[in-house]
Amino acid sequence: MIEMQDVWKTYPDGTSALRGLTVAIKRNEFVYIVGPSGAGKSTFMKLIYREERPTKGHLFVNGFNLEKLRQRKIPYLRRNIGVIFQDYRLLTKLSAAENVAFAMEVIEASKKNIKRRTHEVLEMVGLKERIDALPSQMSGGEQQRVAIARAIVNNPSVIIADEPTGNLDPETSWGIMRLLEDINFRGTTIVMATHNKEIVNTMRKRVIAMEKGLIIRDQLKGEYGYED
Amino acid sequence: MKISTVGRHFREGAKNIFRNGWMSFASASAISISLFILGVFLLLAVNVNHWTKEVENQVEINVYLEMTATPAQVSELQNEIGSIPEVSKVEFVSKDEGIDILREKLGAAGDSILEGFDGDGNPLPDAFNVQVTEPRQVSIAAEKIEALDQGQKEPRIWKVDYGKGTVESLFRVTKIVQNVGLILVIGLAFTAMFLISNTIKLTILARRREIGIMKLVGATNNFIRWPFFIEGAVLGIVGSLIPVIILLYGYWQLVDRSRLALGTLMIQMMPLSEIGPRIALLLLGIGFLIGVWGSTISVRKFLKV
Repeated sequence: MIEMQDVWKTYPDGTSALRGLTVAIKRNEFVYIVGPSGAGKSTFMKLIYREERPTKGHLFVNGFNLEKLRQRKIPYLRRNIGVIFQDYRLLTKLSAAENVAFAMEVIEASKKNIKRRTHEVLEMVGLKERIDALPSQMSGGEQQRVAIARAIVNNPSVIIADEPTGNLDPETSWGIMRLLEDINFRGTTIVMATHNKEIVNTMRKRVIAMEKGLIIRDQLKGEYGYED
Repeated sequence: MKISTVGRHFREGAKNIFRNGWMSFASASAISISLFILGVFLLLAVNVNHWTKEVENQVEINVYLEMTATPAQVSELQNEIGSIPEVSKVEFVSKDEGIDILREKLGAAGDSILEGFDGDGNPLPDAFNVQVTEPRQVSIAAEKIEALDQGQKEPRIWKVDYGKGTVESLFRVTKIVQNVGLILVIGLAFTAMFLISNTIKLTILARRREIGIMKLVGATNNFIRWPFFIEGAVLGIVGSLIPVIILLYGYWQLVDRSRLALGTLMIQMMPLSEIGPRIALLLLGIGFLIGVWGSTISVRKFLKV
């Protein structure tokens, strides 16, 4: 599913974000990426959906060889990856339903399908009553649910979540986590970077711990493992 | 691209204009104002050009004949002048017609001044009134006419007059007027483009986030570009439609009201029916191109994510 072999990333300003990463994530896994700020978690995620390119090393995602991926093929890689951020990244002038439908318009789905599927996923994330609400009219948790609905609407094989609960209170965070667990249960691989110790320690999934651009620990049913 | 996607791009493009109301307003206004100023100068330049042409066309050559020239020599000379390539028209003006024209020009005072000059007392020579195809070649044509008499035993031409000196300075002035007009129009066109591209850049800068999100969910560059393209085209056309309407109406009024005043100066403004459609088409075309060009160029910068 996701395979990295000796991947390095040095930014133009000279910062080494990743220094020789080798890791494999299998289909249907649920993986936490933990580590202090600046450990390289975000860079790790950005490489997967090709917002950044590795400076060196081999990288395969969903059967795409990212070393050789041409610029105009990137959209097709991304259509199989759902991305969720701490700041939701919704289009502020579109309603919840329009934000979700947008991801389907991009792949030129039929109008009928878009309508049906949009309602389906919004119902699944628990926003059936809020389909016409604008992001500014929704709470943080609701906005994140819209972002999740958008991420899963095209049935991606993997979801990349960069601190999805970072701006949410504990109760709302748990709601989001139950939703992600449910999505994982239905067969989607989930890679999630987080600082939330309680969630990691309670859920007991695979944990990859990073520090200074290296993987320092990789364990199944792992724990957060360090103090912030 | 599917037909439904084409429809979507048009819908999105149109919706975006309203979603980004203020920015759309700013872009369309920039186009309107620039094209309005450009249009005013264009109308001015076209008319100045028209007037200078009219003044130039009034330039003609008077060929005064010797008193001794026989009717046979006169008609021979008329043929010779008519066969000079630069000459478009040769008209014979007899001495009697000449005195009538002079009398008319002098008006009421003419009768007393010209008394006794009729018939055999007429001091005027017969003459040819020669018009040239291209006013600026008047001096060449005049020289060629003078040359016709060389080698003749009995000269037929007394004098060739085309207002030497005066005509040359007239041409100098009209050339300056035309060049200054051209420079002004080109300068304004560039200023307009600069102003508009900056406004559109600001609009797109504000939507950088939006483009980033589109790319994130797997939109191809073309998919992102199309609505912006349509939006730019619509803003360009709307932005140019406003100055076109104002300019055409204003020009129509101006032509109407200035007819009397300009008529006494023996000049006329270009009629609206002749200049209107051309100016309208030109401004709409420029507006469309600027809108499309501005949005396409600016989007391209943000597509490399």
